[in-house]
Amino acid sequence: MNRLNYIIKRILQIIPVLFVVSILIFFLLRFIGGDPARLILGDKATKSAIKALQIKLGLDQPLITQYWIFLKGIFKLDLGNSLSLQVSVAYLLKQRMPLTIKLTLFSALLAIIFSLPLGYLAGKHKDHVWDHTIRTLTLVFISMPSFWVGLLLMILFGVKLGWLPAGGWDETNFLTQLRSLLLPAITESLALTALLMRDMRNSVADISQMDYVYFAKSKGIKQSAVRKHHIFRNALISYVTLVSINIAYMLGGSVIIETVFALPGIGKLMIDSIFNRDYQVVQSLVLLFAGLVMLVNLITDILYSFLDPRVSY
Amino acid sequence: MEERKEILEVKNLKVYFPLKHEVVKAVDGVSFTIYEGDSFGLVGESGCGKSQTLFSILKLLKSPGKIVGGQILYKGKDLAPLNEKEMEKVRGKEIAQIFQEPMTALNPVLTIKKQIFEAFVHTKMTKEEKDKQAIELLRLVGIPNPEKRLKEYPHQFSGGMRQRAMIAIALGENPNLLLADEPTTALDVTIQEQILALIEDLKEKLGMSMILVTHDLGVIAEMCNRVAVMYAGKIMEITDTVTLFSKPRHPYTRALMSSLPNGSKNKLETIKGTPPNLAKEIIGCPFAPRCKYAIDKCRKECPEMIEIEKNHFTRCNRLDVISKFEGLISVEEEGKNGK
Amino acid sequence: MINIRTKIEKRDKQRKPLPDWMQKPTFVVGLVIVIMFVFIAFFPGALTNQDPLEINVSEALQKPNSSHFFGTDEYGRDIYTRILYGARIDLEMGVFGVLIPLIVGGILGLIAGYYGGFFDTIIMRIIDVLMAFPFTILVIVIMSILGAGIKNVFIALWIVGWMSYTRLVRGEVMKAKNTEYIQAAKVEGFTDKRILLRHLLPNVISSAVVFAASDIVLCMLTGASMSFLGLGVQLPAPEWGAILNEGRSYISYAWWITLFPGLFLAFNGVGFSLLGDSLTDLLRRKGR
Repeated sequence: MNRLNYIIKRILQIIPVLFVVSILIFFLLRFIGGDPARLILGDKATKSAIKALQIKLGLDQPLITQYWIFLKGIFKLDLGNSLSLQVSVAYLLKQRMPLTIKLTLFSALLAIIFSLPLGYLAGKHKDHVWDHTIRTLTLVFISMPSFWVGLLLMILFGVKLGWLPAGGWDETNFLTQLRSLLLPAITESLALTALLMRDMRNSVADISQMDYVYFAKSKGIKQSAVRKHHIFRNALISYVTLVSINIAYMLGGSVIIETVFALPGIGKLMIDSIFNRDYQVVQSLVLLFAGLVMLVNLITDILYSFLDPRVSY
Repeated sequence: MEERKEILEVKNLKVYFPLKHEVVKAVDGVSFTIYEGDSFGLVGESGCGKSQTLFSILKLLKSPGKIVGGQILYKGKDLAPLNEKEMEKVRGKEIAQIFQEPMTALNPVLTIKKQIFEAFVHTKMTKEEKDKQAIELLRLVGIPNPEKRLKEYPHQFSGGMRQRAMIAIALGENPNLLLADEPTTALDVTIQEQILALIEDLKEKLGMSMILVTHDLGVIAEMCNRVAVMYAGKIMEITDTVTLFSKPRHPYTRALMSSLPNGSKNKLETIKGTPPNLAKEIIGCPFAPRCKYAIDKCRKECPEMIEIEKNHFTRCNRLDVISKFEGLISVEEEGKNGK
Repeated sequence: MINIRTKIEKRDKQRKPLPDWMQKPTFVVGLVIVIMFVFIAFFPGALTNQDPLEINVSEALQKPNSSHFFGTDEYGRDIYTRILYGARIDLEMGVFGVLIPLIVGGILGLIAGYYGGFFDTIIMRIIDVLMAFPFTILVIVIMSILGAGIKNVFIALWIVGWMSYTRLVRGEVMKAKNTEYIQAAKVEGFTDKRILLRHLLPNVISSAVVFAASDIVLCMLTGASMSFLGLGVQLPAPEWGAILNEGRSYISYAWWITLFPGLFLAFNGVGFSLLGDSLTDLLRRKGR
């Protein structure tokens, strides 16, 4: 029951933060972004045309009222319309969010698949060849700009070899989606793989020397049991935390990856909307990203409370 | 005297730690024999190699330690060349080990129940049998309310209870030999007594033999029937406890004894100097730099172990000069010396 | 009687005169790379005699050859020269992007950690809200509000970057606050300001500096990303991310425009990362 209370408490904590975020982004965009009506109609527009559009969009009302409408809209899932694309923002988000989610999860999956065994190997053979190789790889991966790697992969596998699509999103079925996402996911997963490898390596190296591992061995249990219940189980604690912190970061990185590979997700939507001065979309997207990040943090905290019994609520 | 059965014989054990720029010779030619029913003490200062000797028996040396020479004969079979899979058959079932610091020796993320169950790895048991046995074990080591305690985690136990839990786990499959590495050093003084009494009691009940590593001569006096004194990776003197305390012959042993508080008003004697660096080559007797009897020969030749009387061995070049009787207790009297 | 051990130790010390940091190959390699980077940034003219902005359409889109080591772009500009002249921009983004957050964030962290209370709560709440965003998104949003251009890249990096340092320093200060030597300083009647500057600062700063070394890479890459997206440094400035963006239109046949700028970004990134990593190791060894 304690744990349930903790979860509820955490969910409740998210709400004020999102609230503050919504205020911030709404007023910032309005104050500094300039008049949306004029921006849409352009410099040559007449005063009356601008005025008409302003009334139509509700821009003549006081800011507070506009904000209130905005807030109400969130609960009704009516976020206004995209000024440039002429569809409802809610529709846009709903349509494009799945791709970004799939991409992020796919990247995380790849990162985990590679970092777990490699990190373990590096930690088990600390200071030997494997370890040094993997540590070097880690360093290189972190330092490479993702957009460059993406472009290179696209050139190599998409253009020169033609094995995979050079960008674009083919929604037809699972297989085509997989092919569209493969190169982007590999690109996005590199940095995370590096960080996770390093963390697993450090954890394994440290934990392997802990007394409880030796005590466990002294009972005569199999090496595989030692690995599973003692080494991995304890290494997971910091590993899982790292994964979730970085999933949040990867959501941000989706902006770049989706631009490079021309994937119609919310990352690319963000960039397009900024260039199109489509503030309705931008402010909703910002809220969405913030919400996603907080969701990931919440899941992390919950997972953590399961993994580490020492945590008190 | 009847011939006692040997359970463990360590012959010329050498354990080295190859580091980046040097090799530390932690254990450099150690030999001793444990008989059934023994409580064998290994005593010495920090760094003398006593713990490493103990760890090497079950091949649980911390990296990069390696056994580079010698034999460890358990019931006649040499454990030293065995691989991990073969050692798994010995660990827990024949020989078990308990560690110095109970907080770090228990896995913080597993329940006590799971950790006890792990100890039953060599015996086929149903879940109910395991449950029952686990509760029995906790009761045996004096943990109240064992049913509830089983589901708890190590951090929910107090220090003394954790040590008891560790002992319960180690004894899970009724091993023949218990290796105890400074089992009370990390505990409060009041708890120390309880744990030592518990170990003594269990040893009798379960008919085990034991090797007890400690730096505390008082613990030796209380618990052990035979003792080996170690210094700089070698054994300096080895005999039964009474003889050690009444007729110590090795200068190091004597120096240790005289540095114990004995209730008199005299200043405590200390042994000047520090133990040698085990990474460097040691020529001659390792204790020579700090020994008040040392002569030139001592700095050139390391003396061999010789039997100076029945079951009393030591290695010293100056035995002719060192008087036979200068112990803490007189030969007639048996009992605890001042701790 | 001389202790044999100290005698042997003295002899060993004489055999090894190299200081700690020089013995570590990762540190040396990182340092060399960074020094090369700085040199190129400040003296690009020393390595090339061409003009990074000079347009020469007749030489457009040439493959790498002897007169154009890295080929040319669609305006005939020499890529090699552009990369060399762009070095300074990227270096500045990395270093100055970190410098202000390090100083401002560090000070805020010192105060928040030491005094706690209301100030601390406010700062941490602000950080909580801002950290609700992915780093990149936050930078993009700020850029969208402020507009494009390198000046705004810096402002965005500063607004987003200080938080990590504040958290780091605050954590260290809170740990150190309860150590005995700080308590002793208090008891001796040192003013708070003095304790902060003379006692706490030198000890907490090392972890912040080490973090900064890796952060330089992050800032540099973020700045380059912004330029790549068209939000940051604008063409024709030869910033490496911007050049990469240019290369996208010709990606299928002029691969050299894509390969080389990124290579330089990666290489220099590795240099700073090596530096940061080996600094971490060195500090850990000093028993920090």
